[in-house]
Amino acid sequence: MELTVDHIRITLDRTAILRDVSLQAHKGEIVGLVGPNGSGKSTLLRAVYRSLRPADGAVRVGEDDVWALSPRAAARRTAAVLQDAGGNITGLTVTEIVALGRAPHHGLLGRDGTGDRAVVADAVDRCGVRPFADRDYASLSGGERQRVLLARALAQEPQLLVLDEVTNHLDIRARFELLDLVRATGITTLAVLHDLDLAARLCDHLVVLHEGTVVAAGPVLEVLTPQVLADVFGVNARTGRHADGVIRITYTAQPLAGDNASEPARAPSGDTISSKENS
Amino acid sequence: MIVAISIGAVSVPVGDVWAIVWHHVTGAGTAPSDPALDQIVWNFRTPRVVLAALVGAGLAVSGAVLQTVVSNPLADPIVLGFSYGATLGAVLVITLGAGAALAGLGVSAAAFLGALLAGALVFALGQRRGRLAPTRLVLAGVAVGYVFLSATSYVQLQATPNELRTVMFWMLGSVAGAQWDQIPTVTVVVLVTTTLLSLFGRRLNVLLAGDESATALGVDVNRLRAVLLVLSALLTGTVIAVAGSIGFVGLMIPHLVRLTTGADHRRLLPLTALLGALYLVLVDLLSRTLDRPNELPLGILTALLGAPFFLWLLRRNKGLD
Repeated sequence: MELTVDHIRITLDRTAILRDVSLQAHKGEIVGLVGPNGSGKSTLLRAVYRSLRPADGAVRVGEDDVWALSPRAAARRTAAVLQDAGGNITGLTVTEIVALGRAPHHGLLGRDGTGDRAVVADAVDRCGVRPFADRDYASLSGGERQRVLLARALAQEPQLLVLDEVTNHLDIRARFELLDLVRATGITTLAVLHDLDLAARLCDHLVVLHEGTVVAAGPVLEVLTPQVLADVFGVNARTGRHADGVIRITYTAQPLAGDNASEPARAPSGDTISSKENS
Repeated sequence: MIVAISIGAVSVPVGDVWAIVWHHVTGAGTAPSDPALDQIVWNFRTPRVVLAALVGAGLAVSGAVLQTVVSNPLADPIVLGFSYGATLGAVLVITLGAGAALAGLGVSAAAFLGALLAGALVFALGQRRGRLAPTRLVLAGVAVGYVFLSATSYVQLQATPNELRTVMFWMLGSVAGAQWDQIPTVTVVVLVTTTLLSLFGRRLNVLLAGDESATALGVDVNRLRAVLLVLSALLTGTVIAVAGSIGFVGLMIPHLVRLTTGADHRRLLPLTALLGALYLVLVDLLSRTLDRPNELPLGILTALLGAPFFLWLLRRNKGLD
Protein backbone atom coordinates (compact mmCIF):
# COMPACT_ATOMS: atom_id res chain seq x y z
CA MET A 1 0.00 0.00 0.00
CA GLU A 2 1.09 3.53 -0.59
CA LEU A 3 2.76 5.64 2.09
CA THR A 4 2.25 9.39 2.06
CA VAL A 5 4.00 11.70 4.47
CA ASP A 6 2.26 15.00 4.07
CA HIS A 7 3.95 18.18 5.31
CA ILE A 8 4.76 16.95 8.81
CA ARG A 9 6.46 19.04 11.46
CA ILE A 10 7.89 17.66 14.70
CA THR A 11 9.30 19.65 17.60
CA LEU A 12 11.00 18.14 20.63
CA ASP A 13 11.95 20.31 23.60
CA ARG A 14 11.27 23.41 21.51
CA THR A 15 13.79 22.29 18.90
CA ALA A 16 12.43 21.68 15.44
CA ILE A 17 13.46 18.16 14.43
CA LEU A 18 11.42 17.97 11.24
CA ARG A 19 10.14 21.03 9.39
CA ASP A 20 7.59 20.51 6.69
CA VAL A 21 8.69 17.08 5.47
CA SER A 22 6.82 15.31 2.70
CA LEU A 23 7.58 12.09 0.91
CA GLN A 24 5.85 9.28 -0.87
CA ALA A 25 6.40 5.57 -1.42
CA HIS A 26 4.27 3.95 -4.09
CA LYS A 27 2.90 0.45 -3.72
CA GLY A 28 5.71 -2.11 -3.73
CA GLU A 29 8.44 0.52 -3.83
CA ILE A 30 11.47 0.60 -1.56
CA VAL A 31 12.29 4.13 -0.53
CA GLY A 32 15.56 4.81 1.24
CA LEU A 33 15.86 7.59 3.76
CA VAL A 34 19.43 8.86 3.99
CA GLY A 35 21.14 11.74 5.72
CA PRO A 36 23.84 12.45 8.25
CA ASN A 37 23.45 11.74 11.96
CA GLY A 38 20.86 13.97 13.57
CA SER A 39 19.12 14.86 10.31
CA GLY A 40 15.79 13.54 11.61
CA LYS A 41 15.57 10.14 9.91
CA SER A 42 14.60 8.10 12.94
CA THR A 43 12.18 10.81 14.07
CA LEU A 44 10.44 10.63 10.72
CA LEU A 45 10.14 6.86 11.08
CA ARG A 46 8.65 7.28 14.55
CA ALA A 47 5.90 9.43 13.09
CA VAL A 48 5.20 6.66 10.57
CA TYR A 49 5.02 3.76 13.02
CA ARG A 50 2.90 5.85 15.36
CA SER A 51 5.32 6.50 18.15
CA LEU A 52 5.73 10.26 17.90
CA ARG A 53 2.79 12.43 16.86
CA PRO A 54 3.61 15.24 14.44
CA ALA A 55 2.57 18.72 15.50
CA ASP A 56 1.35 19.34 11.96
CA GLY A 57 0.69 17.35 8.84
CA ALA A 58 -0.40 13.78 8.27
CA VAL A 59 1.00 10.31 7.69
CA ARG A 60 -1.19 8.11 5.52
CA VAL A 61 -0.90 4.43 4.72
CA GLY A 62 -3.27 3.91 1.80
CA GLU A 63 -6.25 6.12 2.59
CA ASP A 64 -5.91 5.93 6.38
CA ASP A 65 -4.38 8.61 8.52
CA VAL A 66 -2.08 6.59 10.79
CA TRP A 67 -2.72 8.91 13.71
CA ALA A 68 -6.48 8.56 13.40
CA LEU A 69 -6.20 4.78 13.80
CA SER A 70 -5.92 2.90 17.08
CA PRO A 71 -2.40 1.68 17.93
CA ARG A 72 -3.38 -1.87 17.11
CA ALA A 73 -5.09 -1.01 13.85
CA ALA A 74 -2.01 0.97 12.81
CA ALA A 75 0.23 -1.98 13.70
CA ARG A 76 -1.82 -4.22 11.42
CA ARG A 77 -0.86 -1.95 8.51
CA THR A 78 2.69 -0.96 9.41
CA ALA A 79 5.45 -3.15 10.84
CA ALA A 80 8.83 -1.87 11.97
CA VAL A 81 12.26 -3.38 12.52
CA LEU A 82 14.12 -1.03 14.83
CA GLN A 83 17.44 -0.61 16.54
CA ASP A 84 16.18 -1.04 20.10
CA ALA A 85 14.82 -4.37 19.04
CA GLY A 86 15.34 -7.09 21.54
CA GLY A 87 18.48 -5.91 23.26
CA ASN A 88 17.49 -7.69 26.44
CA ILE A 89 15.26 -10.51 25.29
CA THR A 90 16.27 -13.75 26.91
CA GLY A 91 14.06 -16.71 27.55
CA LEU A 92 11.99 -16.37 24.39
CA THR A 93 12.52 -18.73 21.48
CA VAL A 94 12.73 -17.56 17.88
CA THR A 95 9.21 -18.80 17.20
CA GLU A 96 7.90 -16.98 20.26
CA ILE A 97 9.53 -13.75 19.06
CA VAL A 98 8.04 -14.11 15.59
CA ALA A 99 4.64 -14.81 17.19
CA LEU A 100 4.79 -11.37 18.86
CA GLY A 101 3.91 -10.11 15.38
CA ARG A 102 0.41 -11.49 15.91
CA ALA A 103 -0.15 -9.20 18.92
CA PRO A 104 -1.90 -6.43 16.95
CA HIS A 105 -4.38 -8.98 15.62
CA HIS A 106 -5.65 -9.86 19.11
CA GLY A 107 -7.38 -8.14 22.00
CA LEU A 108 -6.76 -8.89 25.65
CA LEU A 109 -8.62 -12.19 25.55
CA GLY A 110 -7.45 -13.29 22.11
CA ARG A 111 -5.47 -16.49 21.79
CA ASP A 112 -3.39 -17.75 18.89
CA GLY A 113 -5.40 -19.98 16.59
CA THR A 114 -4.35 -22.20 13.70
CA GLY A 115 -4.48 -19.20 11.35
CA ASP A 116 -1.99 -17.32 13.53
CA ARG A 117 0.32 -20.30 13.73
CA ALA A 118 0.26 -20.67 9.94
CA VAL A 119 1.19 -17.02 9.46
CA VAL A 120 4.04 -17.37 11.97
CA ALA A 121 5.31 -20.58 10.34
CA ASP A 122 5.22 -18.91 6.92
CA ALA A 123 7.20 -15.90 8.19
CA VAL A 124 9.71 -18.25 9.83
CA ASP A 125 10.21 -20.08 6.52
CA ARG A 126 10.37 -16.99 4.34
CA CYS A 127 13.13 -15.47 6.44
CA GLY A 128 15.07 -18.72 6.65
CA VAL A 129 15.06 -18.90 10.44
CA ARG A 130 13.51 -22.39 10.57
CA PRO A 131 16.84 -24.11 11.47
CA PHE A 132 17.00 -22.25 14.76
CA ALA A 133 13.28 -21.75 15.36
CA ASP A 134 13.41 -23.34 18.81
CA ARG A 135 16.56 -21.68 20.03
CA ASP A 136 16.71 -18.85 22.54
CA TYR A 137 16.81 -15.53 20.71
CA ALA A 138 19.68 -14.37 22.94
CA SER A 139 21.92 -17.14 21.61
CA LEU A 140 21.72 -15.95 17.97
CA SER A 141 24.24 -13.96 15.95
CA GLY A 142 23.46 -10.41 14.86
CA GLY A 143 22.51 -11.44 11.32
CA GLU A 144 20.25 -14.21 12.56
CA ARG A 145 18.55 -11.84 14.99
CA GLN A 146 17.74 -9.31 12.29
CA ARG A 147 16.18 -12.03 10.17
CA VAL A 148 14.08 -13.09 13.16
CA LEU A 149 12.90 -9.51 13.67
CA LEU A 150 12.07 -9.24 9.97
CA ALA A 151 10.07 -12.46 10.33
CA ARG A 152 8.25 -10.91 13.28
CA ALA A 153 7.43 -7.89 11.12
CA LEU A 154 6.09 -10.16 8.36
CA ALA A 155 3.95 -11.98 10.91
CA GLN A 156 2.12 -8.69 11.41
CA GLU A 157 0.97 -9.08 7.77
CA PRO A 158 1.76 -5.42 7.14
CA GLN A 159 1.22 -3.36 4.01
CA LEU A 160 4.15 -1.14 4.90
CA LEU A 161 7.57 -2.04 6.30
CA VAL A 162 9.66 0.47 8.23
CA LEU A 163 13.33 -0.37 8.72
CA ASP A 164 15.69 1.63 10.91
CA GLU A 165 19.32 0.86 10.09
CA VAL A 166 18.72 -2.85 10.16
CA THR A 167 22.09 -3.67 8.62
CA ASN A 168 24.12 -2.06 11.40
CA HIS A 169 26.73 -4.36 12.90
CA LEU A 170 26.11 -7.05 10.29
CA ASP A 171 28.87 -8.51 8.17
CA ILE A 172 28.68 -7.88 4.45
CA ARG A 173 27.07 -11.18 3.53
CA ALA A 174 24.43 -10.87 6.23
CA ARG A 175 23.66 -7.37 4.91
CA PHE A 176 23.05 -8.61 1.41
CA GLU A 177 20.99 -11.55 2.63
CA LEU A 178 18.80 -9.33 4.76
CA LEU A 179 18.22 -6.78 2.03
CA ASP A 180 17.43 -9.54 -0.47
CA LEU A 181 14.81 -10.81 1.96
CA VAL A 182 13.31 -7.34 2.23
CA ARG A 183 13.17 -6.99 -1.53
CA ALA A 184 11.62 -10.45 -1.91
CA THR A 185 8.68 -9.52 0.33
CA GLY A 186 7.38 -7.07 -2.27
CA ILE A 187 5.98 -4.92 0.56
CA THR A 188 6.17 -1.15 0.31
CA THR A 189 9.20 -0.21 2.40
CA LEU A 190 10.63 2.90 3.99
CA ALA A 191 14.20 2.18 5.10
CA VAL A 192 16.73 4.32 6.92
CA LEU A 193 20.17 3.21 5.80
CA HIS A 194 23.48 4.64 6.88
CA ASP A 195 25.47 2.93 4.19
CA LEU A 196 24.91 4.86 0.96
CA ASP A 197 26.18 2.00 -1.22
CA LEU A 198 23.63 -0.35 0.32
CA ALA A 199 20.93 2.28 -0.03
CA ALA A 200 21.79 2.73 -3.68
CA ARG A 201 21.71 -1.01 -4.19
CA LEU A 202 18.43 -1.69 -2.41
CA CYS A 203 16.23 1.28 -3.06
CA ASP A 204 14.08 2.41 -5.96
CA HIS A 205 14.07 5.94 -4.69
CA LEU A 206 16.04 7.89 -2.14
CA VAL A 207 15.01 10.77 0.06
CA VAL A 208 17.82 12.86 1.52
CA LEU A 209 17.13 14.51 4.85
CA HIS A 210 19.31 17.31 6.11
CA GLU A 211 18.64 19.33 9.26
CA GLY A 212 15.01 18.30 9.32
CA THR A 213 14.14 19.04 5.72
CA VAL A 214 14.10 17.06 2.49
CA VAL A 215 16.90 18.36 0.28
CA ALA A 216 16.58 15.84 -2.54
CA ALA A 217 14.24 13.05 -3.55
CA GLY A 218 13.97 10.77 -6.54
CA PRO A 219 15.81 7.97 -8.34
CA VAL A 220 19.21 7.12 -6.85
CA LEU A 221 21.38 8.56 -9.61
CA GLU A 222 19.45 11.81 -9.68
CA VAL A 223 19.64 12.23 -5.91
CA LEU A 224 23.18 11.26 -4.99
CA THR A 225 24.89 13.93 -7.05
CA PRO A 226 28.35 15.18 -6.14
CA GLN A 227 26.68 18.40 -5.07
CA VAL A 228 24.35 16.67 -2.60
CA LEU A 229 27.11 14.37 -1.34
CA ALA A 230 29.29 17.37 -0.66
CA ASP A 231 26.63 19.66 0.77
CA VAL A 232 24.87 17.12 2.97
CA PHE A 233 27.43 14.46 3.81
CA GLY A 234 30.58 16.54 3.51
CA VAL A 235 32.45 14.15 1.24
CA ASN A 236 33.88 14.33 -2.24
CA ALA A 237 32.27 11.52 -4.15
CA ARG A 238 30.41 10.63 -7.28
CA THR A 239 27.80 8.09 -8.10
CA GLY A 240 27.52 5.99 -11.22
CA ARG A 241 26.10 2.84 -12.66
CA HIS A 242 28.83 0.33 -13.31
CA ALA A 243 29.05 -2.05 -16.22
CA ASP A 244 27.49 -4.82 -14.07
CA GLY A 245 24.41 -2.65 -13.57
CA VAL A 246 25.10 -1.93 -9.89
CA ILE A 247 25.12 1.67 -8.72
CA ARG A 248 28.24 2.50 -6.74
CA ILE A 249 29.50 5.54 -4.97
CA THR A 250 33.16 6.34 -5.44
CA TYR A 251 34.70 8.46 -2.73
CA THR A 252 37.33 10.34 -4.67
CA ALA A 253 39.20 12.26 -2.01
CA GLN A 254 39.54 13.10 1.65
CA PRO A 255 36.56 14.65 3.38
CA LEU A 256 36.12 18.28 2.48
CA ALA A 257 38.54 20.54 4.26
CA GLY A 258 37.23 21.79 7.59
CA ASP A 259 33.65 21.37 8.62
CA ASN A 260 32.32 23.68 6.00
CA ALA A 261 30.08 21.25 4.19
CA SER A 262 28.40 24.02 2.25
CA GLU A 263 31.49 24.51 0.11
CA PRO A 264 30.79 23.63 -3.47
CA ALA A 265 31.89 20.20 -4.54
CA ARG A 266 35.14 19.98 -6.41
CA ALA A 267 34.59 16.48 -7.61
CA PRO A 268 34.43 15.98 -11.32
CA SER A 269 30.92 15.19 -12.34
CA GLY A 270 30.22 12.11 -14.37
CA ASP A 271 27.25 9.88 -14.55
CA THR A 272 28.97 6.79 -15.83
CA ILE A 273 32.12 5.38 -14.43
CA SER A 274 33.87 2.51 -16.08
CA SER A 275 34.45 -0.49 -13.87
CA LYS A 276 38.18 -0.30 -14.53
CA GLU A 277 38.32 2.92 -12.59
CA ASN A 278 37.02 1.11 -9.56
CA SER A 279 39.85 -1.40 -9.33
CA MET B 1 -0.18 -28.12 51.77
CA ILE B 2 -1.92 -30.88 53.65
CA VAL B 3 1.49 -32.25 54.62
CA ALA B 4 2.58 -28.82 55.77
CA ILE B 5 -0.50 -28.60 57.96
CA SER B 6 0.18 -31.98 59.53
CA ILE B 7 3.68 -31.10 60.68
CA GLY B 8 4.24 -28.94 63.72
CA ALA B 9 4.69 -28.92 67.49
CA VAL B 10 1.95 -31.53 67.61
CA SER B 11 2.19 -33.99 64.76
CA VAL B 12 -1.13 -34.80 63.21
CA PRO B 13 -1.46 -37.76 60.83
CA VAL B 14 -2.00 -36.65 57.26
CA GLY B 15 -5.22 -38.64 57.08
CA ASP B 16 -6.70 -36.82 60.05
CA VAL B 17 -5.70 -33.45 58.60
CA TRP B 18 -7.41 -34.33 55.36
CA ALA B 19 -10.54 -35.42 57.22
CA ILE B 20 -10.67 -32.22 59.26
CA VAL B 21 -10.06 -29.89 56.31
CA TRP B 22 -12.54 -31.84 54.19
CA HIS B 23 -15.12 -31.61 56.94
CA HIS B 24 -14.74 -27.85 57.25
CA VAL B 25 -14.66 -27.11 53.56
CA THR B 26 -17.54 -29.32 52.45
CA GLY B 27 -19.44 -29.90 55.68
CA ALA B 28 -19.43 -33.57 54.79
CA GLY B 29 -17.96 -36.42 56.81
CA THR B 30 -17.87 -36.76 60.55
CA ALA B 31 -16.80 -33.97 62.83
CA PRO B 32 -13.37 -34.64 64.34
CA SER B 33 -13.49 -36.42 67.66
CA ASP B 34 -10.75 -34.38 69.31
CA PRO B 35 -11.65 -30.68 69.57
CA ALA B 36 -8.04 -29.75 70.42
CA LEU B 37 -6.82 -31.38 67.24
CA ASP B 38 -9.54 -29.63 65.29
CA GLN B 39 -8.49 -26.34 66.85
CA ILE B 40 -4.82 -26.86 65.92
CA VAL B 41 -5.48 -27.98 62.40
CA TRP B 42 -8.33 -25.75 61.35
CA ASN B 43 -7.83 -22.59 63.40
CA PHE B 44 -4.05 -22.35 63.60
CA ARG B 45 -2.29 -24.28 60.89
CA THR B 46 -4.66 -24.19 57.94
CA PRO B 47 -5.07 -20.39 57.72
CA ARG B 48 -1.35 -20.08 58.18
CA VAL B 49 -0.52 -22.41 55.31
CA VAL B 50 -3.16 -20.84 53.07
CA LEU B 51 -1.84 -17.37 53.84
CA ALA B 52 1.73 -18.45 53.16
CA ALA B 53 0.66 -19.77 49.77
CA LEU B 54 -1.23 -16.58 48.88
CA VAL B 55 1.60 -14.31 50.00
CA GLY B 56 4.20 -16.38 48.12
CA ALA B 57 2.12 -16.29 44.95
CA GLY B 58 1.46 -12.57 45.24
CA LEU B 59 5.06 -11.55 45.84
CA ALA B 60 6.39 -13.77 43.06
CA VAL B 61 3.86 -12.62 40.46
CA SER B 62 4.35 -8.98 41.28
CA GLY B 63 8.14 -9.41 41.04
CA ALA B 64 7.81 -11.08 37.64
CA VAL B 65 5.63 -8.25 36.31
CA LEU B 66 7.79 -5.48 37.75
CA GLN B 67 10.94 -6.96 36.22
CA THR B 68 9.36 -6.70 32.79
CA VAL B 69 7.66 -3.34 33.37
CA VAL B 70 10.91 -1.59 34.25
CA SER B 71 13.07 -3.88 32.02
CA ASN B 72 15.34 -4.65 34.90
CA PRO B 73 16.14 -8.13 36.19
CA LEU B 74 16.82 -6.73 39.67
CA ALA B 75 13.37 -5.22 40.10
CA ASP B 76 11.06 -6.47 42.83
CA PRO B 77 8.67 -4.92 45.38
CA ILE B 78 11.65 -3.91 47.52
CA VAL B 79 13.65 -2.15 44.80
CA LEU B 80 10.56 -0.23 43.71
CA GLY B 81 10.04 1.03 47.25
CA PHE B 82 6.66 -0.64 47.87
CA SER B 83 8.00 -2.74 50.74
CA TYR B 84 9.63 0.19 52.48
CA GLY B 85 6.40 2.16 52.26
CA ALA B 86 4.57 -0.73 53.88
CA THR B 87 7.25 -1.05 56.55
CA LEU B 88 6.99 2.60 57.54
CA GLY B 89 3.23 2.30 57.82
CA ALA B 90 3.49 -0.80 59.99
CA VAL B 91 6.30 0.51 62.17
CA LEU B 92 4.45 3.76 62.81
CA VAL B 93 1.42 1.90 64.14
CA ILE B 94 3.51 -0.55 66.16
CA THR B 95 5.53 2.14 67.91
CA LEU B 96 2.76 4.67 68.34
CA GLY B 97 0.86 1.92 70.04
CA ALA B 98 -2.80 1.07 70.15
CA GLY B 99 -3.71 4.45 71.59
CA ALA B 100 -2.46 6.35 68.61
CA ALA B 101 -3.53 3.67 66.16
CA LEU B 102 -3.98 6.29 63.50
CA ALA B 103 -7.73 6.73 63.60
CA GLY B 104 -8.34 3.05 64.12
CA LEU B 105 -5.81 1.80 61.60
CA GLY B 106 -4.33 -1.60 62.32
CA VAL B 107 -0.80 -2.61 61.39
CA SER B 108 -2.03 -4.28 58.20
CA ALA B 109 -4.10 -1.35 57.01
CA ALA B 110 -1.25 1.06 57.69
CA ALA B 111 1.20 -1.17 55.82
CA PHE B 112 -1.18 -1.40 52.88
CA LEU B 113 -1.57 2.36 52.74
CA GLY B 114 2.19 2.78 53.05
CA ALA B 115 2.79 0.50 50.09
CA LEU B 116 0.21 2.32 47.98
CA LEU B 117 1.66 5.68 48.98
CA ALA B 118 5.11 4.51 47.91
CA GLY B 119 3.62 3.19 44.66
CA ALA B 120 1.92 6.52 43.98
CA LEU B 121 5.13 8.45 44.65
CA VAL B 122 7.19 6.22 42.36
CA PHE B 123 4.50 6.55 39.73
CA ALA B 124 4.48 10.35 39.99
CA LEU B 125 8.27 10.75 40.11
CA GLY B 126 8.93 8.11 37.46
CA GLN B 127 7.34 10.07 34.67
CA ARG B 128 8.40 13.01 32.62
CA ARG B 129 6.20 14.71 30.09
CA GLY B 130 3.64 11.98 30.70
CA ARG B 131 6.01 9.16 29.81
CA LEU B 132 6.94 6.43 32.26
CA ALA B 133 10.55 5.58 31.50
CA PRO B 134 11.90 2.29 32.89
CA THR B 135 15.19 3.61 34.24
CA ARG B 136 13.50 6.63 35.77
CA LEU B 137 10.98 4.34 37.49
CA VAL B 138 13.70 2.18 39.03
CA LEU B 139 15.67 5.18 40.25
CA ALA B 140 12.53 6.81 41.63
CA GLY B 141 11.69 3.53 43.38
CA VAL B 142 15.11 3.27 44.98
CA ALA B 143 15.05 6.91 46.08
CA VAL B 144 11.54 6.69 47.52
CA GLY B 145 12.58 3.47 49.27
CA TYR B 146 15.51 5.20 50.94
CA VAL B 147 13.36 8.05 52.16
CA PHE B 148 10.88 5.63 53.71
CA LEU B 149 13.73 3.60 55.15
CA SER B 150 15.31 6.57 56.87
CA ALA B 151 11.93 7.62 58.25
CA THR B 152 11.48 4.08 59.52
CA SER B 153 14.91 4.07 61.16
CA TYR B 154 14.13 7.34 62.89
CA VAL B 155 10.86 6.00 64.23
CA GLN B 156 12.65 2.87 65.44
CA LEU B 157 15.05 4.94 67.51
CA GLN B 158 12.08 6.16 69.55
CA ALA B 159 10.78 2.63 70.12
CA THR B 160 11.00 0.52 73.25
CA PRO B 161 12.97 -2.75 73.07
CA ASN B 162 9.75 -4.70 73.10
CA GLU B 163 8.32 -2.76 70.18
CA LEU B 164 11.63 -3.11 68.39
CA ARG B 165 11.35 -6.86 68.51
CA THR B 166 7.88 -6.71 66.98
CA VAL B 167 9.16 -4.30 64.33
CA MET B 168 12.11 -6.54 63.55
CA PHE B 169 9.88 -9.58 63.18
CA TRP B 170 7.50 -7.68 60.97
CA MET B 171 10.29 -6.44 58.74
CA LEU B 172 11.54 -9.96 58.15
CA GLY B 173 8.07 -11.25 57.52
CA SER B 174 5.90 -13.92 59.06
CA VAL B 175 2.55 -15.60 58.62
CA ALA B 176 2.44 -16.78 62.24
CA GLY B 177 -0.48 -14.51 63.04
CA ALA B 178 -2.66 -15.79 60.22
CA GLN B 179 -6.37 -15.79 60.95
CA TRP B 180 -9.32 -16.91 58.92
CA ASP B 181 -10.85 -13.46 58.72
CA GLN B 182 -7.83 -12.21 56.71
CA ILE B 183 -8.05 -14.97 54.16
CA PRO B 184 -11.06 -13.92 52.02
CA THR B 185 -9.77 -10.43 51.19
CA VAL B 186 -6.26 -11.61 50.45
CA THR B 187 -7.56 -14.50 48.35
CA VAL B 188 -9.74 -12.23 46.26
CA VAL B 189 -7.00 -9.65 45.67
CA VAL B 190 -4.35 -12.25 44.81
CA LEU B 191 -6.63 -14.23 42.50
CA VAL B 192 -8.12 -11.21 40.72
CA THR B 193 -4.87 -9.31 40.18
CA THR B 194 -2.96 -12.44 39.15
CA THR B 195 -5.67 -13.30 36.64
CA LEU B 196 -5.72 -9.76 35.25
CA LEU B 197 -1.94 -9.66 35.02
CA SER B 198 -1.94 -13.03 33.24
CA LEU B 199 -4.40 -11.62 30.70
CA PHE B 200 -1.76 -9.03 29.87
CA GLY B 201 0.69 -11.87 29.20
CA ARG B 202 0.99 -11.32 25.47
CA ARG B 203 1.49 -7.58 25.93
CA LEU B 204 4.11 -8.19 28.59
CA ASN B 205 5.91 -10.35 26.03
CA VAL B 206 5.72 -7.49 23.53
CA LEU B 207 7.17 -5.16 26.15
CA LEU B 208 10.30 -7.35 26.20
CA ALA B 209 10.99 -6.24 22.64
CA GLY B 210 11.76 -2.69 23.83
CA ASP B 211 9.52 0.38 24.00
CA GLU B 212 9.77 1.53 20.40
CA SER B 213 9.28 -1.96 18.98
CA ALA B 214 6.36 -2.55 21.35
CA THR B 215 4.77 0.67 20.10
CA ALA B 216 5.21 -0.50 16.53
CA LEU B 217 3.50 -3.74 17.55
CA GLY B 218 0.41 -1.79 18.51
CA VAL B 219 0.90 -1.59 22.28
CA ASP B 220 0.25 1.69 24.09
CA VAL B 221 3.39 1.25 26.16
CA ASN B 222 2.73 4.07 28.57
CA ARG B 223 -0.79 3.04 29.43
CA LEU B 224 0.20 -0.60 29.75
CA ARG B 225 3.00 0.31 32.14
CA ALA B 226 0.63 2.41 34.25
CA VAL B 227 -1.98 -0.35 34.50
CA LEU B 228 0.62 -2.98 35.38
CA LEU B 229 2.21 -0.75 38.03
CA VAL B 230 -1.12 -0.07 39.70
CA LEU B 231 -2.06 -3.76 39.72
CA SER B 232 1.27 -4.89 41.11
CA ALA B 233 1.32 -2.17 43.78
CA LEU B 234 -2.14 -3.32 44.86
CA LEU B 235 -1.05 -6.94 44.93
CA THR B 236 2.18 -6.29 46.82
CA GLY B 237 0.52 -3.90 49.25
CA THR B 238 -2.08 -6.52 50.14
CA VAL B 239 0.31 -9.39 50.79
CA ILE B 240 2.95 -7.34 52.57
CA ALA B 241 0.25 -5.89 54.77
CA VAL B 242 -0.63 -9.31 56.18
CA ALA B 243 2.78 -10.98 56.18
CA GLY B 244 5.39 -8.26 56.48
CA SER B 245 8.14 -7.44 54.08
CA ILE B 246 9.48 -10.78 52.85
CA GLY B 247 12.46 -10.53 50.55
CA PHE B 248 13.86 -12.80 47.86
CA VAL B 249 10.58 -14.43 46.75
CA GLY B 250 9.62 -11.56 44.44
CA LEU B 251 13.10 -11.35 43.01
CA MET B 252 14.16 -14.95 42.58
CA ILE B 253 11.07 -17.07 41.97
CA PRO B 254 10.32 -15.36 38.62
CA HIS B 255 13.93 -15.90 37.53
CA LEU B 256 13.79 -19.54 38.59
CA VAL B 257 10.76 -20.07 36.39
CA ARG B 258 12.28 -18.11 33.48
CA LEU B 259 15.48 -20.13 33.62
CA THR B 260 13.59 -23.41 33.51
CA THR B 261 10.56 -22.76 31.30
CA GLY B 262 11.25 -19.54 29.41
CA ALA B 263 9.98 -15.99 29.56
CA ASP B 264 6.58 -16.23 27.82
CA HIS B 265 4.42 -14.46 30.39
CA ARG B 266 1.35 -16.50 29.55
CA ARG B 267 3.20 -19.47 31.07
CA LEU B 268 5.50 -17.54 33.35
CA LEU B 269 2.90 -15.82 35.53
CA PRO B 270 0.77 -18.86 36.47
CA LEU B 271 3.87 -20.98 37.08
CA THR B 272 5.48 -18.20 39.09
CA ALA B 273 2.36 -17.95 41.25
CA LEU B 274 2.40 -21.69 41.83
CA LEU B 275 6.10 -21.91 42.64
CA GLY B 276 5.95 -18.81 44.85
CA ALA B 277 3.08 -20.36 46.80
CA LEU B 278 4.82 -23.72 47.23
CA TYR B 279 8.06 -22.08 48.19
CA LEU B 280 6.63 -19.91 50.91
CA VAL B 281 4.60 -22.81 52.34
CA LEU B 282 7.82 -24.79 52.56
CA VAL B 283 9.75 -21.93 54.10
CA ASP B 284 7.02 -21.30 56.64
CA LEU B 285 7.03 -24.98 57.54
CA LEU B 286 10.76 -24.82 58.18
CA SER B 287 10.49 -21.54 60.04
CA ARG B 288 8.22 -23.10 62.66
CA THR B 289 9.99 -26.47 62.91
CA LEU B 290 13.74 -25.79 62.65
CA ASP B 291 14.16 -23.88 65.87
CA ARG B 292 11.30 -25.20 68.01
CA PRO B 293 9.66 -23.82 69.98
CA ASN B 294 10.86 -20.52 68.50
CA GLU B 295 9.63 -19.14 65.23
CA LEU B 296 12.11 -17.87 62.69
CA PRO B 297 11.04 -14.93 60.53
CA LEU B 298 10.44 -15.94 56.91
CA GLY B 299 12.80 -13.35 55.49
CA ILE B 300 15.78 -15.08 57.09
CA LEU B 301 15.01 -18.41 55.49
CA THR B 302 13.73 -17.37 52.05
CA ALA B 303 17.15 -16.24 50.87
CA LEU B 304 19.18 -18.72 52.90
CA LEU B 305 17.41 -21.65 51.28
CA GLY B 306 16.73 -20.29 47.84
CA ALA B 307 19.92 -18.46 46.98
CA PRO B 308 22.23 -21.51 46.73
CA PHE B 309 19.74 -23.31 44.52
CA PHE B 310 19.30 -20.22 42.42
CA LEU B 311 23.05 -19.78 41.99
CA TRP B 312 23.38 -23.40 40.96
CA LEU B 313 20.71 -22.91 38.31
CA LEU B 314 22.36 -19.70 37.15
CA ARG B 315 25.66 -21.46 36.58
CA ARG B 316 24.02 -24.24 34.65
CA ASN B 317 22.23 -21.86 32.29
CA LYS B 318 24.07 -20.83 29.16
CA GLY B 319 21.48 -18.45 27.73
CA LEU B 320 22.64 -15.52 29.85
CA ASP B 321 26.16 -15.30 28.45
